[in-house]
Amino acid sequence: MLEIEIDGKKAQVPDGSTVMDAAQQLGVYIPHFCYHKKLSIAANCRMCLVQVEKAPKPLPACATPVTNGMKVFTHSDLAVKAQKGVMEFLLINHPLDCPICDQGGECQLQDMSVGYGPMQSRYTEEKHVVFHKDVGPLISMQEMSRCIHCTRCVRFGQEVAGIMELGMANRNMHSEIMTFVGRSVDSELSGNMIDLCPVGALTSKPFRYTARSWELQRRKSVSPHDSVGANLVVQVKHDNVMRVLPRENEAVNECWISDKERFSYQALNSDARLTKPMVKQGGEWREVEWNVALDYVAHGLKDIVRDHGGDAVAALAAQHATVEELFLLGKLMKGMGSGNIDFRTRQSDFGTDFKRAGAPWLGMRLAEIKDLDAALVVGSFLRKDHPLIAQRLRQAAKKWTKVSLLSVAGDDQLIKLYGSLTVAPSQLALALAAVVRAAAEAKGVAVPAGLENAAVCDESRKIAASLLEGEKRAIFLGNVATQCADATQLHALANQLGAITGATVGFLGESGNTVGAHLAWALPSQANARQMFAQPRRGYVLYGVEPELDCANPQPVMAALKQAAMVVVMSPFKSPAALEYADAILPVAPFTETSGTFVNIEGRVQSFNGVVKPRGETRPGWKVLRVLGNVLNLDGFAYTSSEQVRDEVLGAGVEFAAALDNGLNGVTIALPGAAASGLQRIADVPIHFADPLARRAPALAQTADGVAPTLRAAAATLAAIGVESGASVRVRQGHGETVLVARLDDKVPAGCVRVAAAHPTTAMLGEMFGDITVERA
Amino acid sequence: MFSADTLQKFAREVAKYPAEQKQSAVMACLAHAQEEKGWLPPEAIEAVADYLGMPPIAAYEVASFYNMYDLKPVGKYKITVCTNLPCALSGGYHAGEYLQQKLGVGYGETTADGKFTLKEGECMGACGDAPVFIVNNRSMCSHMHPEQIDKLLEECK
Repeated sequence: MLEIEIDGKKAQVPDGSTVMDAAQQLGVYIPHFCYHKKLSIAANCRMCLVQVEKAPKPLPACATPVTNGMKVFTHSDLAVKAQKGVMEFLLINHPLDCPICDQGGECQLQDMSVGYGPMQSRYTEEKHVVFHKDVGPLISMQEMSRCIHCTRCVRFGQEVAGIMELGMANRNMHSEIMTFVGRSVDSELSGNMIDLCPVGALTSKPFRYTARSWELQRRKSVSPHDSVGANLVVQVKHDNVMRVLPRENEAVNECWISDKERFSYQALNSDARLTKPMVKQGGEWREVEWNVALDYVAHGLKDIVRDHGGDAVAALAAQHATVEELFLLGKLMKGMGSGNIDFRTRQSDFGTDFKRAGAPWLGMRLAEIKDLDAALVVGSFLRKDHPLIAQRLRQAAKKWTKVSLLSVAGDDQLIKLYGSLTVAPSQLALALAAVVRAAAEAKGVAVPAGLENAAVCDESRKIAASLLEGEKRAIFLGNVATQCADATQLHALANQLGAITGATVGFLGESGNTVGAHLAWALPSQANARQMFAQPRRGYVLYGVEPELDCANPQPVMAALKQAAMVVVMSPFKSPAALEYADAILPVAPFTETSGTFVNIEGRVQSFNGVVKPRGETRPGWKVLRVLGNVLNLDGFAYTSSEQVRDEVLGAGVEFAAALDNGLNGVTIALPGAAASGLQRIADVPIHFADPLARRAPALAQTADGVAPTLRAAAATLAAIGVESGASVRVRQGHGETVLVARLDDKVPAGCVRVAAAHPTTAMLGEMFGDITVERA
Repeated sequence: MFSADTLQKFAREVAKYPAEQKQSAVMACLAHAQEEKGWLPPEAIEAVADYLGMPPIAAYEVASFYNMYDLKPVGKYKITVCTNLPCALSGGYHAGEYLQQKLGVGYGETTADGKFTLKEGECMGACGDAPVFIVNNRSMCSHMHPEQIDKLLEECK
């Protein structure tokens, strides 16, 4: 520990701290631009100059290491003179356009120029003009003359996003931030650069010129988009969500959010919103009052149950619905005598049902990822499925964590991988089994039964060895591992590997409330998400899901919905597909318009309030379900607040949910046999199509991740089909077919083609990881 | 993109550094690339970046920082005139002006016949010989007073 005195205040700081660290510890404010606690030290803005005793000239606080007994003065004449001098220089080329600048009111340069700047500029020469750049639909770089060259955006790309897309070209006064030959910035975390920019050079394109920062009310919320449950500040004007920013929570999202979380608010104010309950009568859609709609729905469901029994109705809910909504929906179904409720819409193997020891979760806290010695991620499009978990693993891999990936597509995760295996989805279990066997052999314990045929290779040995070294290790099962046909086996194998190596087993989780949905018991006691459509029911309740896009195999689902006597859709949106198959559509609130609770993947219970009034006649989902329960004369629907529901499900005042356990009872290992001879589909869920909100955000649709899916395959696969990259191919699964453009992607495993799911252009196809026929169109 | 000869030069440069620090060779590789292409088109910069496993913008930062890299096509002879202080005090500006008038182009411009490109350069470390020029980044010309300039232009065929 070192002793330091800043402005007469004494502090003890750890070795290696900088003066800036010490100042923050003491609560002394030192002005700065380029310094950011999450980024490397650049010391190029010079704003943090301070006087250090015995130093002949002022030193930058961000880059000056503390020495024992150091005395620092941040407000001495020398320091203030230096800071004022720097400020004057920074303002030389900065345009005086604050009144029309989007950053106005929340601009560090503006604040600092009030504090340290001169009243008037002494600079009368020509100002330097920097041309605007176009870097895509999210970040506006229209006024680059405002840039003060702090390079925060450049360092963010290099260090946090893992890909350097912005750089500072040229030299001295000609320096400018740009992309290589005008390319777009495509990182899934790019929006954070807008927050980092201390001036108005990088601003939000969708938010541009829609509000001034001081008109906005800042309200806390929680992201429903991925399993991290990023904490948000939702900024609101006149009951419209104007923008979404990260709320710093070091334990959850640090100070980042993904672009999906930042920009999908556009959907909330869009015309696609459903604002009044609608019922279909005589083939015609009519807008009706809530009581009429609820009566209609209650009667319809009651009639089906009376005539055909409770098993004739089924409910499918979205994983991003709140704990309260999922719980009440489950209660409603049980009240009607139906055990057909599920939320695992993209799952195809339900072999772990009734065998799980608890709700699947990460197995650790998110903040513990950085302390891991080794991690194996199985079956995940990591960056696109879990941008913030990928970010944590990226940082960990830079230090000492050996991160390995067992995946079905060789996408660049921008993580320094220790080991990496890319196999076909049907081979995923075999590849994991090989790692289990290698681990058992390396440790000298008996190879678990059933793994005798697993073929161990060098890479699996290397991965197994990494999991045997060090203190803390983890095995994470990604979305592919839960969605593919061998999910049960993968879960069991991961547990085996965990038992042999001592590594923690965890799930990465599909959506914002996956853990909460398990805890709210929105789980089937009878038909699961697949069975409820395979054996068509007479009545369906769809809560927040869009089955044509959200299901593992939309074909039987759509067929079942078409034949059903009654389909009730509860959704914030009026989708053309729902207008086809539904009989009643009830507008329920998205996360910004209701109170509720999400339980994130580490089991953290995060409750939030609505941030704006529900749009039109929209009502919070838990209230709709409560009233529906009352109209149906069911017991136990007398809740007066969402908190009451939450406390019943999770207990009052809990920070972390209980009953989280990745254990399995009574699952035997039975490795899948040889792969089928035909082509197999690999379906990713593109990041910006993963949920109904993101799907409807125009800005996200224009990004590189928002392009329509193509068919991607390796050269040999394309040759076998008889096409070249760029040609059109006819793709068929079940009774659905479509024409896609074939693209060469040598990272797709042999015998597989990659065709994304969750997109209208591929929604007619079948199983996400099933057989697929491809021929020249 | 590059000839076998240039790729061999790349390999030699890369071999000078530890394997995980390949990008240390970026300046040398860009120079070899420019030698082959005459200038550095974006494709060449990207190819060098790919070769060294670095982001193209990082290579572009380097290429745009140093003024011996040409990001636009140049004439057969690129004459760089030092205009830093010691040269300026010893007639560097006049030499530059004389050259401009002789060639009929300004700094950063190329003659219509594509023969000469004129550039303004930074100190070349030979202030005792001021004013100095450098031709095609390679041959240094000292004491460039008008008669020497005429001689230089004569020699450049």
